[in-house]
Amino acid sequence: MTQPPSTARLSEAERVALVKRQKKRDKRTATALSVLGILGFLLLWQAIAASGLLSERFLASPLEIVGLFFVKLVDPSPDGAVLGVNILSSLTVALTGFGLAIVIGIPLGLLMGWYRAFDSFMRPVFEIIRPIPPVSWIPLTIVWLGIDLKAKAFIVFFAAFVPCLINAYTGIRQTNPVLINVAKTCGASNFTIFWKVGCPSAMTMVFAGIRVALGNSWATLVAAEMLAADSGLGYMIIMGRQFARADIVILGIAVIGVIGTLFVALLNVVENRVLGWKKQ
Amino acid sequence: MPRTDLRHNDQARQGASSSMERRMSTPDSDIKVEVRNLTKYFGRLHVLDDISFNIKRGEFVCVVGPTGCGKTTFLNLLTRIYSPTRGDLFIDGESADPKKHNLAFVFQEPSAFPWLTVEKNLRFGLEIKKLAKDVIDERVEMIIKMLGLQDLRDRYPHQLSVSSEQRIIIGRAFAMHPDLLLMDEPYGQMDVKLRFFLEDEVIRLWQELGTTVVFITHNIEEAVYMAQRILILSTKPTTVKEEVVVDLPRPRRFDDPDFVAIRNYVTEKIKWW
Ligand SMILES: Nc1ncnc2c1ncn2[C@@H]1O[C@H](COP(=O)(O)OP(=O)(O)O)[C@@H](O)[C@H]1O
Ligand SMILES: [Mg+2]
Repeated sequence: MTQPPSTARLSEAERVALVKRQKKRDKRTATALSVLGILGFLLLWQAIAASGLLSERFLASPLEIVGLFFVKLVDPSPDGAVLGVNILSSLTVALTGFGLAIVIGIPLGLLMGWYRAFDSFMRPVFEIIRPIPPVSWIPLTIVWLGIDLKAKAFIVFFAAFVPCLINAYTGIRQTNPVLINVAKTCGASNFTIFWKVGCPSAMTMVFAGIRVALGNSWATLVAAEMLAADSGLGYMIIMGRQFARADIVILGIAVIGVIGTLFVALLNVVENRVLGWKKQ
Repeated sequence: MPRTDLRHNDQARQGASSSMERRMSTPDSDIKVEVRNLTKYFGRLHVLDDISFNIKRGEFVCVVGPTGCGKTTFLNLLTRIYSPTRGDLFIDGESADPKKHNLAFVFQEPSAFPWLTVEKNLRFGLEIKKLAKDVIDERVEMIIKMLGLQDLRDRYPHQLSVSSEQRIIIGRAFAMHPDLLLMDEPYGQMDVKLRFFLEDEVIRLWQELGTTVVFITHNIEEAVYMAQRILILSTKPTTVKEEVVVDLPRPRRFDDPDFVAIRNYVTEKIKWW
């Protein structure tokens, strides 16, 4: 009996190792550049603030913002809540809306994409609702639900729901028919194929959708809090404006930015778990 | 190690008394696949035209025909990926159904699951069939050894060369221990050495498991090397133009005058496509 070619195997292992090393080097360079970029940005900001080009009323320096951060941790003025309370308030709303959007939007999108009947049933309603920008729901939501957690979570939900659903739907629609046929010829039922072939192959698109949803929900949250809230980071920013406290506004923006970044990092970790096979 | 497993399988097969009875009671008991008046249109495109033939249980059949004549379509009909326009296909006397029959299909296109490792790809069909875990383990180990995939078991398909990926797909089909193995130009993009190796492996599997094999190829030499019978298809609308029985001893030799004669004969038949 002939042996399987061992030379091909060896060279393949070598090839993989080589690519891996190359990737590692690229990654290190990229990280170094990112850190440099951030440092550069902060330095420029500090320099502009220190130069007095803009009056202190309009632009606080990064160092001042860091100082204010610690002050604001315990000082409720001017908006009436300490930073921790504002952050918690915003996070609760965002995570409720975003979480619901994921839990409802993704399965719904996957099912709509897979099952024809379900698609015909849901699609018309969805097509009507889809183009409405989430912020335009805010007034109606205030009328219906007031300005409490429920109301804001609903708006955030809407903003996150649409990309979750669309991407799950499109993702599963793009399942390679050959792979479906492989499962079919193994004797798999339609649901098994949905679960074992459709869902995994939709995951790339699903994660892209979650990424958009995350950005949307964070942005919509701040908008909602600016219009209707009595605490939260958006509310803090608006109060900062009313009291002409540019430093409070900037602190609000910075905290929103940092939390957003943390979310994205967390999402990256999850995505690497699920879609790690692509990067290996 | 694989041998015990095979014997096991045989006993199981013989234990299935109901199918034995059916086999003995019908006069066509040695027929695995029956194709009856099979006609297929895609819209107005007439692909298959009233085709009828049988494939015997345990037979090795190669199908050759011009590109686009409907070879893949035929397999897709047999596995119910498509439905016939007219006529029908039967496996073991029943209307073909992949849920009922233990068949495996090696597709022409790359069809490894990109999100599964090599090993998990090999397990896929067996898990669908809900076999016991130790049976799956044993079969997968055997296939990994047979195809020399030890170093690649935790790799993902996109990290492999095209021919390695195709090895996985063939391994996945072998692991099913199918009683009907359908292969659609599986060795098209492989280097000669691997192709010869895998041709012998299919023959070995066929001999050991008693599998019925339908093997589609455009390589006439490959067909003569492997087949007991070659079906030569015409151009569209397609019919079976001729059947050639290849009655040569194995292992076959490419330079055997009889081999060359058959190869030349088949080549002659398809020359005016
Ligand atoms: N799903 C389909 N819809 C429409 N036409 C198809 C479809 N599948 C195959 N065909 C057509 O049927 C003919 C036979 O195709 P195929 O069976 O793939 O040929 P081959 O013998 O090369 O495998 C071709 O002309 C092809 O274009
Ligand atoms: Mg084909």
